[in-house]
Amino acid sequence: MNEQPVPSIIEAIRQTVAERLQELDGVVALRRSSEGVAPHVFQQGDDLSELEIVPRYPLTTVVSRLHKSFPEIRLGIVARGCDERAFVEMAKRNQIDPDRLFILGIACTAEEAEECHCAAPFPKHLVVGKPVAPGSPNPVVAEYDNTPLAKRNAFWRRQFAKCIKCYGCRNICPECFCEDCAMEDPAWVEPGLLAPPFPVFHLIRAMHMASRCVACRQCDLTCPAHIPLTVLYDLMRRDMEATLGYIPGEDIKAPPPLSVTLNEAPLLVNTGHMD
Amino acid sequence: MDYKNVLTTCVYCGCGCGLYLEVLDGRVIGVWPAKTHEITDGKLCIKGWNIDGFIYHEDRLKTPLIRKDGHLVEASWDEALSLVAEKLGTIKAESGPDSIAFLSSAKGTNEENYLLQKLSRAVIGTNNVDHCARL
Repeated sequence: MNEQPVPSIIEAIRQTVAERLQELDGVVALRRSSEGVAPHVFQQGDDLSELEIVPRYPLTTVVSRLHKSFPEIRLGIVARGCDERAFVEMAKRNQIDPDRLFILGIACTAEEAEECHCAAPFPKHLVVGKPVAPGSPNPVVAEYDNTPLAKRNAFWRRQFAKCIKCYGCRNICPECFCEDCAMEDPAWVEPGLLAPPFPVFHLIRAMHMASRCVACRQCDLTCPAHIPLTVLYDLMRRDMEATLGYIPGEDIKAPPPLSVTLNEAPLLVNTGHMD
Repeated sequence: MDYKNVLTTCVYCGCGCGLYLEVLDGRVIGVWPAKTHEITDGKLCIKGWNIDGFIYHEDRLKTPLIRKDGHLVEASWDEALSLVAEKLGTIKAESGPDSIAFLSSAKGTNEENYLLQKLSRAVIGTNNVDHCARL
């Protein structure tokens, strides 16, 4: 059982949002209507009984779009651990203005942490809920080093053969915001092939996720072919931490290692294309 | 700032996936899959993800076009529908109802497809009803 039942977390976060709306222009969260649950910007006077915390959407993407459209706007966000990590990496790449976003953190339940195999199922700016223990490691990742190369290759060949090239993994990803995407570049990915070319299509994305992937699992959740993409990105995250000591989303002051030059000076041009 | 997500149904094929159009100040700026949609379950194909592409596209037709003297000319709906009705009536009178066929669309709803076959059978009098994929 949960240490704290979900309804009380919802009530508490609704109360927090009501208070913060006194001084903020809006709070990005989920709203339930007769149509279902979708991202929403709550503003003063809105019915906060409609605020929900499931299912998970990449709410930082909504913040980014609003920050770009309204240069003065000050927003809050009801954020889980992964939302906060996504915000950190987006802020480093000029997709969100950290001075205009306030984290209203909620903790995930133990069940949610286990479902995501999440290593950090709560944000640093925790407002509501109690931190739960990390979920168990993804069993495929845990066994990966003991898996022979040929078997790994066969595994990914089988998985990527299911791909219908919907680009959903890229579209839903809070860290994918390049205006020109290498996955649409005919020089890298031959057009008109289904499944897309093995392994380049998925490895382009995997490489671009290095120092970016915050393990939110949105790609997994939206993949119509049920490809376990987070296994791939978990492996990238593991290597990033082991070789460069970098954990995406951990520290807003830590420069992303693939965005720095050899003399360790951060790149001046920070359009999101650089790493 | 008027931000909302509007649930709608993908029109690109007969599957009818649920999706949200993301609307900011009256303009569609993106698409979200509908995670609480009982059938679609937060998943879309490449067409659904790009369903907003045609809304403001410069090639989008906003009025009917009638070919006059070899050129397509913008027309009103009244004008276009009157012309279609007149021509269908003429063709039926001259060549019989089975000289006409109706090709319906996977993009239409069940109800719209029902209405098309009704028009075909009850008004024109032919069973020549088929799917646009046969074109």
